[in-house]
Amino acid sequence: MTRGVAGRASPDVVIRVHPLTVRITHWINVTAVFTMAASGWRIYNASPLFPFRFPADITLGGWLAGALQWHFAAMWLLVCNGLIYVGYGLFSGHYRRNFVPISLNSLLRALADTVHGRLSHTVGEYNPLQRLAYLGVIAMVILVVLSGLVIWKPVQFQTLGSLMGDYPGARLVHFISMAAIVLFVVIHVLMVMLVPRTFVPMWTGRARRPR
Amino acid sequence: MKRRPGIEADPVDCNRQEIRFLERRLLLKGALSLGALGLLTGCDVTDEETVHRVLWNMSRWNDRVQMALFDPKRLAPTYAQSAITRPFPFNAYYRESEAPVVDGDSFRLELGGLIRDRRPWSLAELNTLPQSTQITRHVCVEGWSAIGKWSGVPFRTFLERVGADLSARYVGFKCADDYYTSIDMATALHPQTQLTLRFDERTLPRSYGFPMKVRIPTKLGFKNPKHVMAIYVTNVYPGGYWEDKGYNWFAGL
Repeated sequence: MTRGVAGRASPDVVIRVHPLTVRITHWINVTAVFTMAASGWRIYNASPLFPFRFPADITLGGWLAGALQWHFAAMWLLVCNGLIYVGYGLFSGHYRRNFVPISLNSLLRALADTVHGRLSHTVGEYNPLQRLAYLGVIAMVILVVLSGLVIWKPVQFQTLGSLMGDYPGARLVHFISMAAIVLFVVIHVLMVMLVPRTFVPMWTGRARRPR
Repeated sequence: MKRRPGIEADPVDCNRQEIRFLERRLLLKGALSLGALGLLTGCDVTDEETVHRVLWNMSRWNDRVQMALFDPKRLAPTYAQSAITRPFPFNAYYRESEAPVVDGDSFRLELGGLIRDRRPWSLAELNTLPQSTQITRHVCVEGWSAIGKWSGVPFRTFLERVGADLSARYVGFKCADDYYTSIDMATALHPQTQLTLRFDERTLPRSYGFPMKVRIPTKLGFKNPKHVMAIYVTNVYPGGYWEDKGYNWFAGL
């Protein structure tokens, strides 16, 4: 935080940490992922893959047809927004600058630091664990979309389906990638709560960094 | 809710209690429980009518997308005899003993709409037409699926035989119970769409839709009507029992 006093120059510098495209697509994505997950849980409940159901109160749609309507409406938001985000990340250099490289050594070091409570968060930089988490969740969203396509259209997309064990396999892949995304969201939100100064920059794009 | 027997793959099979949620306003009650969504999007989620209309319009948009994705030549995967799900699940929201009883001897399939020869067909006559067999996956809108073996008359052969207007948009089905549904003509003409008379080499049992069902491996289960009594060809959107309640109409696989 700034220790700046009125009339004196702030000892911090203001840096741009999140480009506008990333901020906009991030918050649209929040909406899309919440809608897809909550309606998806309702759909899951109609024929559970595992011996449990999601509590109806945290689902969306009210009944199966309603949940399907939400799911197949929000999928357009998720996919279109995701394409813009990934396209931007690839072509603007955002990924190249911030997410790669991840070396095994740096990952292990970061992991050890985390275990010892020493992992630092530097505003505007992504540590190896963050890089892995962000690349991982992007991969999981791609997987959830691909397996979703197979579940939606197991005949038209049967070649893709054959890579996932046909229709029943795609359901499993869809569930597992959903679970991975939810796990990411939980950790992601916990991290923001641990380091609250990262929250506002996700809206404004700007953060203060000690000089 | 009043019991309405006799349909294939009703989405309510495993969840009788789902039926109690049929009222549309409940569709949105669940939506409201996710109040955060409204805060995030700035949309007024409490405006139920608007939300309902948007979702409904998206479903119609998805019909059009699915029509574009549908490849009339692409066949649904077929499976080996050993892959057949045994026992094949009985699927309806009533007990198996409550399936409609249709007398096969007096049964006459009625034809209507844009069909040149609307003479009714008996089972014996249908059995004289060319037959085909398929082992395909039945996919329920609920998510589960099962592999079965169906035999009968390729629907295209039948439509051509009776002089149906193949340029019409829809084919509708009326069943021995109150069930009804409809499909697009492209799907009706798909090589695997079948007027089914037999299941697993035996006369189609009552629980699977005697005397006749329409098997469409490129559609979700609820688009595969059982106990079919009448078939009509039309250009007027006929809807369907579940479709009119909010399930997607095209429901293609």
